Amino acid sequence: MSKFSKKRGKSNPKISTASLPDIIFMLLFFFMVVTVLRNSELKLTNNLPSASELTKIEAKSLVNNIFIGKPLEKYQAQYGSSPRLQLGDKFAEVNDIPIFLEQHRVKVGEAKAPRITSALKVDGEVTMGIVQDIKTTLRKAGQYRVLYSAKPKGN
Amino acid sequence: MAFGKSKNNRLDNEINASSMADIAFLLLIFFLVTTTIEADKGIRVVLPPWSDEPPDILQFEKRNVYSVLINASNQLLVRSEPMSVEDLKDNAKEFIMNPGNRDDLAISPQEAIISLKNDRGTEYKTYIEVYDQLKAAYTELRDDRAMAKYGKEYAFCTFDQRRVIRDEIPLNFSEAEPTSFGKE
Repeated sequence: MSKFSKKRGKSNPKISTASLPDIIFMLLFFFMVVTVLRNSELKLTNNLPSASELTKIEAKSLVNNIFIGKPLEKYQAQYGSSPRLQLGDKFAEVNDIPIFLEQHRVKVGEAKAPRITSALKVDGEVTMGIVQDIKTTLRKAGQYRVLYSAKPKGN
Repeated sequence: MAFGKSKNNRLDNEINASSMADIAFLLLIFFLVTTTIEADKGIRVVLPPWSDEPPDILQFEKRNVYSVLINASNQLLVRSEPMSVEDLKDNAKEFIMNPGNRDDLAISPQEAIISLKNDRGTEYKTYIEVYDQLKAAYTELRDDRAMAKYGKEYAFCTFDQRRVIRDEIPLNFSEAEPTSFGKE
């Protein structure tokens, strides 16, 4: 007979799964480390523009996010369709920004306060009017470090 | 015999670890779902302190000012000439360095000032694109300078070397209050 039909006894060898938990744990730790728990639900469109001159932000705790965009469809009945800003998880007015910044400053502490950056996450379709109002407010509030959030250019 | 039986049991009292993988899987799936690998990247700017009087751009010599205007239809006017965004970077580089010593371009990189003005109706996308191109012009010039001086790119220079380059080619941006002709 051919050698392929050789009988090898009755034992059926099992693959050892002893190392499976280790592999899974490794993956688990990876995801735990890279995870940023999403703390605010976006209530407006936020399609960031793309740019090439990007700087990465080093300390996440020293950043406060200001979202600007058109309200999503389900909120349009209540808030209209013109661009608005969102601080934390709710819609806000431009003159709410100083209080928002002050709260963040208190949370971060006196020593690190000068290193706070405001990240402006602005939808690309929004016109400059509201952005300009916010920039003016930031300047008046003494918040000079600003980051125009953008996506890396795909090329 | 009851005694012998219990002795027999004691021989293989391992903890059953087969559910460990399931627990780990559960945690893994939780983190997989909640993860947003979010790279917080963007263009870093430092805004000037607020002052009630507008910056007086006329105090500078006309040849040193590179004025960029963006109107409400997202069109560019660079030094009174229409221009497309694609040409902006190279044009700005030529203006800043002035390699041909022309008398209508900047005297030196230290004197060069970029004056940016937009309309309230300008799209944010266009504004960022223009800002990005102008910043890219400076980045490339600094890279070239660092290459010629220290043989490496600006980003890889030491702190002191970077300061030297920064003093040679400073980034002078001036943003005027926007016009409000366009629809917001």
